[in-house]
Amino acid sequence: MKRPLQSPTTGILIAIAGVLMMGFGIFRGEMSVVLAKAVNICLECIGIG
Amino acid sequence: MDKKKNTNEWKRHGVQALWALLTNSYLTGFIYGKIYRGKLKNLCVPGLNCYSCPGAVAACPIGAMQAVIGNWNFKFAFYVAGFFMFIGALIGRFVCGWLCPFGLIQDLLHKIPFPKKCKTFRGDFALRKLKYLILAVFVILLPMFAVDVLGQGAPYFCKLICPAGTLEGGLPLVLLNQSMRNTIGWLYAWKNALLLVTIILSIIIYRPFCKYICPLGAVYSLFNPISVFRYRVDSKKCVGCGVCKEVCQMQVDPVQNANHPECIRCGACKKACPVKAISQTYAAKSTDRIS
Repeated sequence: MKRPLQSPTTGILIAIAGVLMMGFGIFRGEMSVVLAKAVNICLECIGIG
Repeated sequence: MDKKKNTNEWKRHGVQALWALLTNSYLTGFIYGKIYRGKLKNLCVPGLNCYSCPGAVAACPIGAMQAVIGNWNFKFAFYVAGFFMFIGALIGRFVCGWLCPFGLIQDLLHKIPFPKKCKTFRGDFALRKLKYLILAVFVILLPMFAVDVLGQGAPYFCKLICPAGTLEGGLPLVLLNQSMRNTIGWLYAWKNALLLVTIILSIIIYRPFCKYICPLGAVYSLFNPISVFRYRVDSKKCVGCGVCKEVCQMQVDPVQNANHPECIRCGACKKACPVKAISQTYAAKSTDRIS
């Protein structure tokens, strides 16, 4: 017997929820933090900072 | 059968290489020792790909998550968490098998001949839980709570663990920049030691970083059982020969669980099945077994 939570329909609903969360994150300005971090050399990432 | 399996492997490696090239297509960065600074870096790639790699044209999702969580202004990364949910719920760990440059590097390293390859060992599956601990502690909790006077947290996973950052960003940038060479210290040595251990282990064990360490693999593994893209076993066709379990380098038995959290959807089981009982499906109403 398949558990309802493990059905791919749940996957579609979670994917939609993911898109909504991404939209909310973009709305509150998280993308600019990602951009600011990604366009500068991350010294911690490369083992210097 | 071996020939078929190898053909499939190289086809997959071709896709992995093409994806790695596409997402690291700022090739002039490798010549001048600089990184891409364009708007595409607003976006995350699905695999582990350091954004300080000179070729990277987009952001690493694990680095991005730590950056937002560690930012004094936010503390929770809806954008990156939503991205994980979206990608994970659609394809799960297919990302690990097909779209991760560091996965490709480990795949290729494992092809290097070694007298005693280790397929599994006592405590193998228990050790695989370590990646969830690393996700919780180094990617979420430390950047959230171990903050400086301004309330900013560091990307602890990138800083202390990630060998992908050392290989893709640290080595080329330090080699190409005199000023960076002058600033390297114990942290750089530590991260290079971790990279060396990862390389050696990858020759002996299949994808040790993915199995035991990778927080991105940990995230996507949670979505494997419910992802839209999934594997299915036809019980009417299955003869119980065990070939699928035998060829799986992640030590998953597809007959027991076709969408196991450890399955990276490389497709080796599907190719190896002599009666074609394993198939892939995208249908929302599908079940893991046809009986």
